[in-house]
Amino acid sequence: MDQNHPPLLYLDGVSVSFDGFKAINNLSLIVQHGELQAIIGPNGAGKTTMMDIVTGKTRPDEGEVFFTGDIDLTRLDEAAIAELGIGRKFQKPTVFESHTVWDNLELALKKPRGVFSAWFYNSSKEDEERLEEILATIRLTVRRDELAANLSHGQKQWLEIGMLLAQDPKLLLVDEPVAGMTDAETVETARLLKEIAASRSVIVVEHDMSFIRDLAARVTVLAEGSVLAQGSLDHVSADPRVIESYLGR
Amino acid sequence: MITKTLLRAFDGKAIWVVAILLIIAVAVPASNLYLPVGHPLRVANHFVPLFGKYLTYAMLALALDLVWGYCGILSLGHGAFFALGGYAMGMYLMRQIGDRGVYANPILPDFMVFLNYQELPWFWHGFDMFWFAAIMVVLVPGLLAFVFGWFAFRSRVTGVYLSIITQAMTYALLLAFFRNDMGFGGNNGLTDFKDILGAPLQADTTRAALFAASAIALALAFIVCSAIVNSKLGKVLVAVRDAESRTRFLGYRVDNYKLFAFTASAVMAGIAGALYVPQVGIINPGEFAPANSIEIVIWTAVGGRGTLVGPIVGAVLVNAGKSWFTGVWPEFWLFALGGLFVAVTLFLPKGIVGALTQGWTALKARRTSARAEGGSDIAPEPSPAE
Ligand SMILES: Nc1ncnc2c1ncn2[C@@H]1O[C@H](COP(=O)(O)OP(=O)(O)OP(=O)(O)O)[C@@H](O)[C@H]1O
Ligand SMILES: [Mg+2]
Repeated sequence: MDQNHPPLLYLDGVSVSFDGFKAINNLSLIVQHGELQAIIGPNGAGKTTMMDIVTGKTRPDEGEVFFTGDIDLTRLDEAAIAELGIGRKFQKPTVFESHTVWDNLELALKKPRGVFSAWFYNSSKEDEERLEEILATIRLTVRRDELAANLSHGQKQWLEIGMLLAQDPKLLLVDEPVAGMTDAETVETARLLKEIAASRSVIVVEHDMSFIRDLAARVTVLAEGSVLAQGSLDHVSADPRVIESYLGR
Repeated sequence: MITKTLLRAFDGKAIWVVAILLIIAVAVPASNLYLPVGHPLRVANHFVPLFGKYLTYAMLALALDLVWGYCGILSLGHGAFFALGGYAMGMYLMRQIGDRGVYANPILPDFMVFLNYQELPWFWHGFDMFWFAAIMVVLVPGLLAFVFGWFAFRSRVTGVYLSIITQAMTYALLLAFFRNDMGFGGNNGLTDFKDILGAPLQADTTRAALFAASAIALALAFIVCSAIVNSKLGKVLVAVRDAESRTRFLGYRVDNYKLFAFTASAVMAGIAGALYVPQVGIINPGEFAPANSIEIVIWTAVGGRGTLVGPIVGAVLVNAGKSWFTGVWPEFWLFALGGLFVAVTLFLPKGIVGALTQGWTALKARRTSARAEGGSDIAPEPSPAE
């Protein structure tokens, strides 16, 4: 890699197996600063597992994972990686159900994460303005005081995206953000993610092809734990191997 | 910054709870000491230490609720922290006896003379001073919880496994304290106390003062817990309870949060134990019995976990019930307790206080909708991230 301008995220030769089954097989992937990258691939291709590796949930058996060129992510735990500026939205939306929408965002807001800083935290005017702004962006202003448990599935997805915004990460990993959304919501989500990607790097995993088209991003196709093809959506969808392993089915 | 956090402790109902506790702290001793015997409003002598004991149990249940109700750590070993605080206080009370013991040894407590101890074991030094014992009341349970929690939370022991090792911890301490050569009075424990800070323990005034101290300690513990749960720290604890791994991915060091709650809770339990011992007049290894720790869980569940008032109500009600039951129908108490726990789990998953807060109408509405959704009316289970 170019030592002077290292990419934001760099995976090289990463493999991981579960009970002898290779979920990730010699995977190499690069995400540049400010890049929006879409990842597609059949079920079980290892897309979520790739995110698990980057965020410290799963340790790779071999291979390198570097952030901003010099930080070895394989040596850090989830909290440390999140603190570095890597945020994640889960495939199954996970918000804190017994907290209000507002509290969910406040918990995510980029602030010192220590026990005592949390105990003595008082929200400043700027903090509240930032949260209001995010609420407006994710269209949940009127529901700010409601419990997250009472949100619809799509709204939970949006709340989770809002939490990512509050975290203000350098890199966002977004796993199937439009699953269970209506068409209108899907279009909105694509717009929102593009807006977010204007100021940071985003990796989006999705199966919804019209959504991927809306994103107009570089596409990486994963299959059986490694990269099958890369390029524009039109380019990869013309690739016979991609058609065979994924699109054609 | 800190004042704001403290002010938040008095949000909403909390200030009323503190006010009621402080009124009780004054009213019960005053009625016992100043009203003439036979007056209908007088709290009889034997009730003062009994009610005082309930207050220490309430503080113990509150401590458990901080880790269980708010952070999802079901400790089945909280009785151990209570007992350790009690032993620290008991050791001070033993040393206060001085040469008034049966063997009239000015230094060695009776049981040591009986067991042919030649000199005071090293860990008994300092306990002749109240301030030293008071520090140990906080330090010993706190340190044990810190070390235990440090290993358990760092290795990510959670759920039922954690509950089991907390039971094992209290059981191990039970066995250890039973041994005569441990130097804590073995089977018989520590008893025959004479006085505390120079005041005779049997005196009405001392008992009244101990009652007041218990009520004030409970009020202070309530303020601390309220300051915790009403802050962002409390929100993180609830987040850990509901979705631990999600909280990690937000950058919170979950193990540190658990460790904080666990240690703070153990310290409160230790103080409760220290107030308990002079009021009941004895501390023995039985306090470490695993069943005791399970009872604390039942008080908390009955009153309502995840509320601060719930454990107090639960501890007082269940123990008042126990006092009554063991008077009239002793052999059935354990069945009644078990039945109560099952009934509360099935019909009042949020306990008495939780159910009252929601109100009977809301409860009914929830029942109907829960039935429509397929019959589950238990509070939503924590859903792990992914
Ligand atoms: N913790 C684990 N233990 C065992 N097997 C696992 C684990 N995590 C993932 N796998 C397996 O690894 C493979 C890749 O799973 P992964 O969830 O990464 O796929 P995916 O590309 O995200 O699929 P989908 O599109 O269905 O979400 C699957 O076969 C899965 O069963
Ligand atoms: Mg997946």
